Amino acid sequence: MSTPVRDVDVDPGELSTQPAPVEPPRGGPLAHLRNAWRRLTSMRTALVLLFLLALASVPGSLLPQRPLNPIKVDQYIADHPQLSRVLDAAGFFDVFAAPWFAAIYLLLFVSLVGCVVPRLKQHALAMLRPPPIVPRRLDRLPMSDSYPASGTPTEVAAAATRALRGWRTVTRTEDDGTVTVAAEKGYLRETGNLIFHFALVLLLGGIAVGRLLGYQGTVLITEEDPGICNAAPLYDSFRPGRLVDGSGLAEFCIDRLDDYTTTYEADGTPAEFRADITYSAGADGAPTQYPLRVNSPLRVEGLRVYLVSHGFAPQFTIRTPDGTEVRDVSAPFLPLDGALLSEGAVKLLDTVDPQLALFGLFAPTAARSEDGTIRSLDSRPNLPAVAVEVYRGDLGLDSGAPQSVYAIDQRQVTNGALKVVANVLLTKQSPTVRLDDGTTITYEGYREWATLQVNHDPGQTVVLWAAGAIVLGLLLSLSVRRRRLFLRITPASTAPGGSVDNSAPVDDGSPPDPDGRTVVAVGGLARTDAGSYDTEFARVVERLRDTSELRKD
Amino acid sequence: MPVDASLATLSDQLFAWAIVVYSIALICYCGEYAFGRRGRVASTSPERALVTVGAGSTTGSTGTSAGAPAEPAPGRRRQADRFGRVAVAATALGLVIELASLTTRGLATDRWPWGNMMEFAAVVGAVGVLTFLGVLVKQPQVRYLGMFVLLPVVVLLFLGGTVLYSEPAPLVPALRSYWITIHVTTIAIGTGIFLVSSVATLLYLVRRRWELAVEAGRTPTRFPVTLGSRMPTTEVLDRMAYRTAAFGFPIYTFAIISGAIWAEAAWGRYWGWDPKETWAFITWVVYAAYLHARATAGWRGTAAARVNLIAFGTMVFNFFIVNMVVSGLHSYAGLT
Repeated sequence: MSTPVRDVDVDPGELSTQPAPVEPPRGGPLAHLRNAWRRLTSMRTALVLLFLLALASVPGSLLPQRPLNPIKVDQYIADHPQLSRVLDAAGFFDVFAAPWFAAIYLLLFVSLVGCVVPRLKQHALAMLRPPPIVPRRLDRLPMSDSYPASGTPTEVAAAATRALRGWRTVTRTEDDGTVTVAAEKGYLRETGNLIFHFALVLLLGGIAVGRLLGYQGTVLITEEDPGICNAAPLYDSFRPGRLVDGSGLAEFCIDRLDDYTTTYEADGTPAEFRADITYSAGADGAPTQYPLRVNSPLRVEGLRVYLVSHGFAPQFTIRTPDGTEVRDVSAPFLPLDGALLSEGAVKLLDTVDPQLALFGLFAPTAARSEDGTIRSLDSRPNLPAVAVEVYRGDLGLDSGAPQSVYAIDQRQVTNGALKVVANVLLTKQSPTVRLDDGTTITYEGYREWATLQVNHDPGQTVVLWAAGAIVLGLLLSLSVRRRRLFLRITPASTAPGGSVDNSAPVDDGSPPDPDGRTVVAVGGLARTDAGSYDTEFARVVERLRDTSELRKD
Repeated sequence: MPVDASLATLSDQLFAWAIVVYSIALICYCGEYAFGRRGRVASTSPERALVTVGAGSTTGSTGTSAGAPAEPAPGRRRQADRFGRVAVAATALGLVIELASLTTRGLATDRWPWGNMMEFAAVVGAVGVLTFLGVLVKQPQVRYLGMFVLLPVVVLLFLGGTVLYSEPAPLVPALRSYWITIHVTTIAIGTGIFLVSSVATLLYLVRRRWELAVEAGRTPTRFPVTLGSRMPTTEVLDRMAYRTAAFGFPIYTFAIISGAIWAEAAWGRYWGWDPKETWAFITWVVYAAYLHARATAGWRGTAAARVNLIAFGTMVFNFFIVNMVVSGLHSYAGLT
């Protein structure tokens, strides 16, 4: 078997990139380019980029970020107007979407690919190639030993090869009759290393797919009200991926919110939030029920539906003197604090004339503050009450100017089109207020509402697989150890220098066999992370010695 | 599920006892360090250690022989050994008490006992101690280094019992998932292992300065360089730091991934750059840099060691500062 002689020196680290010393460019733009590429794919550059990546992430956690909390960002900008102008321009309020952040991780991945692809080739070749030629002087290796054996070198080599299960071995015969066995194991280390790095690329790809093709819609649904279908304009808010135009979304409808329930611990802390919904999926899907809970989203049609938040929608009945009765009108009130003191507005546009609106606060467990305003003591509806200002007049919705459904357009109040006609606290015990024109408003109780989020991320499965491969690759590359073992089996008659030379500083100092038997010199080399190769080496040598002893008997 | 008050009290008492027993162990380790190992300076040729480090710690002789100390006077040695044995026994006992404290806390609240910072600190401390005991099985000669491991553990538990203390209480709904077992356990294990790695790295840096001084023919007089005289060689310490980090890294990686899987179910996305997530990412990247640096010429040795310390620093920052100062979805510190 002819094999190229390979250096048995230790690699300058298995983790490192291809050995690419940066040479001075030898003229020409191509040489410059090549040099730049080498520099980029070198381990030093990768290290610098890793540090930059870590450093660049820091402001993303310390400064408020738009995708996480736009209100805090506005607050910060208001507090630090000068500084914020610079920070905002440089993308510091959305670090992880900033061009400079992208530049760092893209350069890192280019460097990674440039480093790993050549190693893939190298590794494939190494897997095909037999272990290297056995060096002449095994006692110069970090670990060495020797022992006498019976039988011809060829027999001893064959026995040793059998004993070295799990090792890749090659037996060679040299001109002087010496038989050598070169053994190597731990190829999985580099395999794992490559899996890890390629999985990182795959992970980035999966994330990118999600960013481009995913979307997220949020909708608030009140009990008993009709739900919505999966179409961009129907959501309260819709965040499409870069390549999503909002059409052709998966066929899916939330038919309604059947029931919303919070269960509590004895001490009043929430134990479970639960929204029972009816949905239909697919082209002509039958209505199906699902209990939506935290940690238990609905997964259907490539969509995930989450329960995001919940609250109360107080309900009123309005009777005008002319006999008009508007029953059970309600609107969701948005929570202001943990005890679910909530704020909102109920607007009556066409059902009564002039228009009416109720704006105020709802408290599930109501109490009066020192200043007379209402507050909530508990998120459980133990003592629900609603404190509202009643507005009459023109709500200003016909003007076409957008306004919040949770508040009254104050411009209408300032210009006199809308007047406060009552300011009352309504409870179960005293639910009704009579206005000056004889209209009565009766608090009827409340319904509950839930905010649901519909997510679609086609890259998520890829990301999960990539993550699994990352762990597998790490486990292999950090636990498997690359080892080489060399045997030089010298026949009895010729006992040349080499490993059994007395003058050489052989570790165990074993002399040439006095009986003129075959002598086996063993050398060991850890190609990565020497670790406990010394004990392992001793064990292997012990086993080899045993096999040769057995042959003698 | 109401909290069982008597079990909760028992848990708190056990927690205090664990700190006491660990402190005893710490004192005994100090005793062993003080009484034993005198004179290892003379026997350990710094030239050899330096050469091996310079040639790359992946190779070279196994180092244990280089780390063998010259024997101090037999009387002192026996005394040191006695201290050491008591120390290890106390460490093990402290671990048992600490685990009992965690168990009773879990039973009192009917949940896994790592739902807030105090409990997490206790778990990390336990893992750190366990890792050190594991290292002892493989390398018994580093026993006297116990004081360097027990010191941060005792500090951590003390902080856990005081600054971070929180009454045993049930978890908020978002935390009621079997993923808390997987995610928080692996994070705690990773953190505990990295703690041991960073201790080894600190010792490495001290020892290295000591070796350089001796190499240059000077006698180190300044603390903490003087401590270096009784430490194992840089090679042993570097290997200990690397192997613990290499052991912890896949675990920490898995922990982050399990957190992402949980976040996907609980918060609707697997990754959202929540401050805690961001810092976990930073820690991961810096540990990745450490593993690479250790295999890169020019970074091996001191530079890589510094990277290891920075990585652990980001982890500490994530635990203390992000939990207590920066607000985010992971705000379960249990502090008010």
